[in-house]
Amino acid sequence: MSGYRPGLFAIFAAAAVAVFLLMPLLAIVPVSFTHTRYLAMPQGQLSLRHYRELIDNPDWLNSALLSLRVGLVSSAVATILATAFGLGIWMFRPRLAALLVGFVLLPMVVPPVVSAMTLYFLLTTLSGFNDIVGYDSWLGVALAHVVMIAPFAVVLVLVALSQLDRRIDLAARGMGASVAQRAFRVILPNIKFGILTAALLSFVLSWEEIGVTLFITSVNAVTLPRLIWMGLHDNIDPAIAAVSVLLITVTILVLLTRLLIQGRRPIAWSSRARHRRQLSARRDQAEG
Amino acid sequence: MRRVRGQLASGPRLLLLAPLLLFLAGAYGIPFLGVVRWSFTQPEPGIGQYVKLVGDPLVLSVFLRTFRICAAVTVCATAGAYAIAYLWVRGTPLQRGVTELCILIPFWISVLTRAFGWLALLSNRGLLNSWLEGIGVIADPLPLVHNEFGVIVGMTHFLIPFAVFPIASAMRSLDERVLLAARGLGARRLRIFWTIFVPMTAAGIIGAALIVFVFSLGFFVTPAILGGGRSVMVAELVYLRMFQSIDWGLGAAISVVLVLIVGLLLALLFRFVRPASLAR
Repeated sequence: MSGYRPGLFAIFAAAAVAVFLLMPLLAIVPVSFTHTRYLAMPQGQLSLRHYRELIDNPDWLNSALLSLRVGLVSSAVATILATAFGLGIWMFRPRLAALLVGFVLLPMVVPPVVSAMTLYFLLTTLSGFNDIVGYDSWLGVALAHVVMIAPFAVVLVLVALSQLDRRIDLAARGMGASVAQRAFRVILPNIKFGILTAALLSFVLSWEEIGVTLFITSVNAVTLPRLIWMGLHDNIDPAIAAVSVLLITVTILVLLTRLLIQGRRPIAWSSRARHRRQLSARRDQAEG
Repeated sequence: MRRVRGQLASGPRLLLLAPLLLFLAGAYGIPFLGVVRWSFTQPEPGIGQYVKLVGDPLVLSVFLRTFRICAAVTVCATAGAYAIAYLWVRGTPLQRGVTELCILIPFWISVLTRAFGWLALLSNRGLLNSWLEGIGVIADPLPLVHNEFGVIVGMTHFLIPFAVFPIASAMRSLDERVLLAARGLGARRLRIFWTIFVPMTAAGIIGAALIVFVFSLGFFVTPAILGGGRSVMVAELVYLRMFQSIDWGLGAAISVVLVLIVGLLLALLFRFVRPASLAR
């Protein structure tokens, strides 16, 4: 007998939700080809003027470059901090592990507007002491983004570590490996996909961040989302449709690449896991 | 020998754990205390801002509207997530692959782009109104955005993927043989769904509903864009008070109240759902 599969009605309901999820994204595409100066459906003639606008107006390129810089710096810092923290929790299993992890995850759970307020307080205070890291500076934005994305990186690193076989580490330890050798030669190589995923997600989250960025920037550090926000607020600029289409395309490409890489991975992992199970079964037999 | 090792181990342990903890304590924990202080000192020392919170009809109406919108969003997003999660978990491999893409693509796209998509679809000159006018169903565009309806639609769209994960993990842990046994005993699909499937995934439903509610409470970007300044929610009120009225104290007081509400809800959440099932 085959398994229990959804009936027609269930498939129909799920399809309705899927359409609901994709519809607004698809609606942007025709709007981006309109020839009007305002947000409208193209009537008759199509135009690429809003894509041209992205090239002609240097604001778009500048803000994209700023977002790229902020994203690279903040995701690198967040990933390193999160990896070190995850390693510490996994290798040493401190007594207060649950409490420490809970504390680190706070920025993810607290309402974004409260985090925004908190980081506004931090950066305006810092601005009183120096000109480099503070309100409306790119390093200030990067600092705030590290706070906001580090919890997500921690979750991904911890998930990757939870899938790692502790006996590998025990074996290394039994053979006299130092803490550094265990970390760099044994554990990190085994979770490198998890760390890469953490870095990718952190970058995307920083690249898209708007809630906090809105509070801590005004005219100097205009990231791409901030520029889109400004265009959405006054008189809706159809150039936003063009930039959105580009962003959606890039997202789908990255997602497909990631699925392809992952699609190859589970096979390798499951065969390794099976091999491991066979080994331990054989050992049990030998011992029993 | 053991003792030496123990001492050696505490060095690396600190070196690994301390950087992130110190960073977040300095960049998040202490500044939050600063915000709490603002709520008691701005513009003058005392609990004046909290008294204002309770007494000001405008603030109260914003809180009420926020709860109303969040409740509607919670119901819609949880139901939608349940429907799509069902196919994601129980469908054929092809159905599962397609559903997964439909969940993940919006999940990875920025909240701004998604809110803008709803504008392109629902605004007066948007796709839907142009089409309906074109085929002659309506004479004037329907008011679909810049009101509470638009906010609820946009927030539901944003939160469905977040609700899918806890529901799907509850559905995955349900033993298929129970469903097959019920079918073998002659139960109809509808009966299996309501008497077996829903009760056995109740923890996932409650977890998803609480996550959606907690997330939507502090929502800012979607209501600001799709509400068009008319249906202001709590988070937008904080922003307006901070940057238009420059009333930091009230913004800070609202933030503190929000954290308390969310803390309470999360305490509830952890009574129903194991943290492990949320980690996904």
